[in-house]
Amino acid sequence: MTTLTDPPAESFRLSQLIYDTRYRSMTIQVVALIGFVALFAWLISNTITNLALLGKDFNFGFLSVRSGYDINQRLVEYSSDSSHLRAAYVGLLNTLLVAVLGCALATVIGVFVGVLRLSNNWLTAKMMTIYVEAFRNIPVLLWIVAFFAVLTEATPAPRAFRGESPAASMVLNDSVAFTNRGIYVPSPTWGDGSLFVVVVFLLSLAGIWWFGRYAHKRQNETGDILPTFWIKLAIFFVPVVIAYFILGRPVGLEYPALKGFNFSGGLQFRNSLLALWLALSCYTGAFIAENVRAGILAISRGQSEAASALGLRPNRTMNLVVLPQALRVIIPPLISQYLNLTKNSSLAIAVGYMDLRATLGGITLNQTGRELECMLLMMGIYLIISLAISGSMNVYNNSVKLKER
Amino acid sequence: MSELSFVRTEMLPEKEPPAGERGVIKWMRTNLFSNWANSILTIVAIYVLYAALSHILPWFLNSIWRADTLTECREIRDALNNGEPSACFAVITERWSQLIFGFYPQHLYWRPIVSFVLLFVALAPVLYDTVPRKLFIFTAIYPFLMVWLIWGGSIWGLLMVIAGFGVGYLAFRALTAVSGLVAVIVAFVAPVIWWLYPSGLVGDALQSIIPIAIESVESRSLGGFTISVIIGISGIALSLPLGIVLALGRQSDMPFVKYMCIGFIEFIRGVPLITLLFTALLLLNYFLPKGTNFDVVIRVIIMVTLFAAAYMAETIRGGLAALPTGQYEAADSLGLDYWQAQRLIIMPQALKISIPSIVGIFIGLFKDTTLVIFIGISEMLGFTNLIRANTAWNGIYWELFIFVGLVFWICCFSMSRYSQWLERKLQTDHH
Repeated sequence: MTTLTDPPAESFRLSQLIYDTRYRSMTIQVVALIGFVALFAWLISNTITNLALLGKDFNFGFLSVRSGYDINQRLVEYSSDSSHLRAAYVGLLNTLLVAVLGCALATVIGVFVGVLRLSNNWLTAKMMTIYVEAFRNIPVLLWIVAFFAVLTEATPAPRAFRGESPAASMVLNDSVAFTNRGIYVPSPTWGDGSLFVVVVFLLSLAGIWWFGRYAHKRQNETGDILPTFWIKLAIFFVPVVIAYFILGRPVGLEYPALKGFNFSGGLQFRNSLLALWLALSCYTGAFIAENVRAGILAISRGQSEAASALGLRPNRTMNLVVLPQALRVIIPPLISQYLNLTKNSSLAIAVGYMDLRATLGGITLNQTGRELECMLLMMGIYLIISLAISGSMNVYNNSVKLKER
Repeated sequence: MSELSFVRTEMLPEKEPPAGERGVIKWMRTNLFSNWANSILTIVAIYVLYAALSHILPWFLNSIWRADTLTECREIRDALNNGEPSACFAVITERWSQLIFGFYPQHLYWRPIVSFVLLFVALAPVLYDTVPRKLFIFTAIYPFLMVWLIWGGSIWGLLMVIAGFGVGYLAFRALTAVSGLVAVIVAFVAPVIWWLYPSGLVGDALQSIIPIAIESVESRSLGGFTISVIIGISGIALSLPLGIVLALGRQSDMPFVKYMCIGFIEFIRGVPLITLLFTALLLLNYFLPKGTNFDVVIRVIIMVTLFAAAYMAETIRGGLAALPTGQYEAADSLGLDYWQAQRLIIMPQALKISIPSIVGIFIGLFKDTTLVIFIGISEMLGFTNLIRANTAWNGIYWELFIFVGLVFWICCFSMSRYSQWLERKLQTDHH
């Protein structure tokens, strides 16, 4: 006969906190928490003491004070009478401008180079390899300064365009001027009725979207394939062109013209913006090219062979079979490249482009002497931008992700 | 019927393939002109190549290597090359020592050179497993040796730092019989106390008895390529272990530790490196007790390390996620504890998977060392500005950029080649 004895009553000993796996993780966390809180308390108390010693306080009131400096590159109204907050806003918009332009161009370059690097054409593939290796292995800062030097040193000054036989001349039917102060291009002028043209344009975009859905649905139901590309192209151009001429050409172009020592009229792209934009795009484009190449190579040959066996033509194989699968591989690294480009735009400091760092973290910081507030605010804004980009791209990534069951 | 038949008794010699199916023509047909689109691409590529090379090659071939100023360079160009565009690499021959060593005193150039050569000796056992393992002892000493060689000063201060590790080890050995935990804690605390209090006095005393010192060099004399290498190598060496710890923390099932790691990683990855460098320069005086001041190079190294470690952590986390759960379960069923499992089973595989991205981060870190120019340290790019600020070389751009770019390119390209080699060597699966 067996008897069951009670298990020995467990008494809790202090050493169990460390040696017993049931309690150990709790102990470690409590120790970590105490350490963390202590560290922060120490840093904050140091900061308070140091601020008091310097006779400074911690408030963001300086943001509403008149800034007193000018910003040459701006997307919204701004003058030296505006507040520091407004200056920071202008800087933020400039950062976003170069980031958006850069991401767009970098994607184009990346896809182009990545696909060409896989082409059967030996010469092109080798040239693209050289491009990728050159841009990936040299610091982006060097590229930015080099592009800036190209734009400022290798282009003529505006006065070279003057006189009877000028040393330099404008290109594209006297509409675009490359100068060492930037590139001048014609700007659109909005006359009466131009709003209607814009509305027609937006409507035709909606029409293209609707037609795409319709064609897709029709193909699913009847199997007929419409020549979608040509119809979409027609929807894109025809209504806008008709509206444009019916309304008597309301949208015009204002050409840049030489007045005195400088060009006036038209749009000016400053060299700082151009250098930053081109350098960041070419640099990031090289990385994206590698991602694109890896994505396409990751799709096994069997997929494209199966598509040809089904009788799909090469471009349909690419569009319907290879690209949708390759995109899943390409998008996650693409997101981090976009993030890198956005963060690298803070290198604008090298060419004097007035981005967030140059306004809020530069002139405002130096003028007001509020390092702590400015830096914290700037880091917070960059953090929000980064989280927003990665968040929105993750949503997109989840929507194209392979749904596994 | 006559028995007339023909049976060939020997093979005919093989005929050469037709001219279009062999040699250069065949190669060009398959690789350059396989169809009309390909042919157009080839022609465009040839035109682009021609357009680029027709400008660059003459400029490069006419280059001038001996001159004292840019004006002299231009005079030589006009006399020799009839005023055709020519590169003036004389600026490199005249100023290369500044680009490489910065303002380091000229008679002490041997010290960075020696530490650079020794760097390869120290790296050899890490990079190649055919090198004798005993060299790892030198690898462990090397960081201290490098600091001493670059910054100079008394050797005793350095030996006192090393002695701190000895103190920790001795304390651990002495107390490990009493209690393992106490021994570990004391082993961490004892060296800190040693470094804070008696080590300085002992070092000074020893220095006054047996003075062994080399001329000391201040941080602000450092610059050029040297500072890039110092920051780059320190950042690389420190960010890998920190990154591993952060990755493990993020994968941990202790929620507080996990969220602390996530917060740190996401914060660092969310802000540009340049803001972190400015923080190191401007804000550290606020965060630390008044009067604390430490070297700007150390500040930069800390920030660059933290920055790279956050990226490293994400990369290694990717490697950890790629491991099948069976590996973790196998480690558990063998009865290994957490650290044993990580050390023997998980990490070797996770690190192997993430080698390309880890080296990618190393390359990025090395390239990012150029950013120190913005906080007042003149690395190579900073020196191109300084050289241009001199009237003798005012207006020279491309030659300097080409030199700087080439130096970075060689370093980064060899790193990526090494990683590809390592990846092939460690490949154990069969495709």
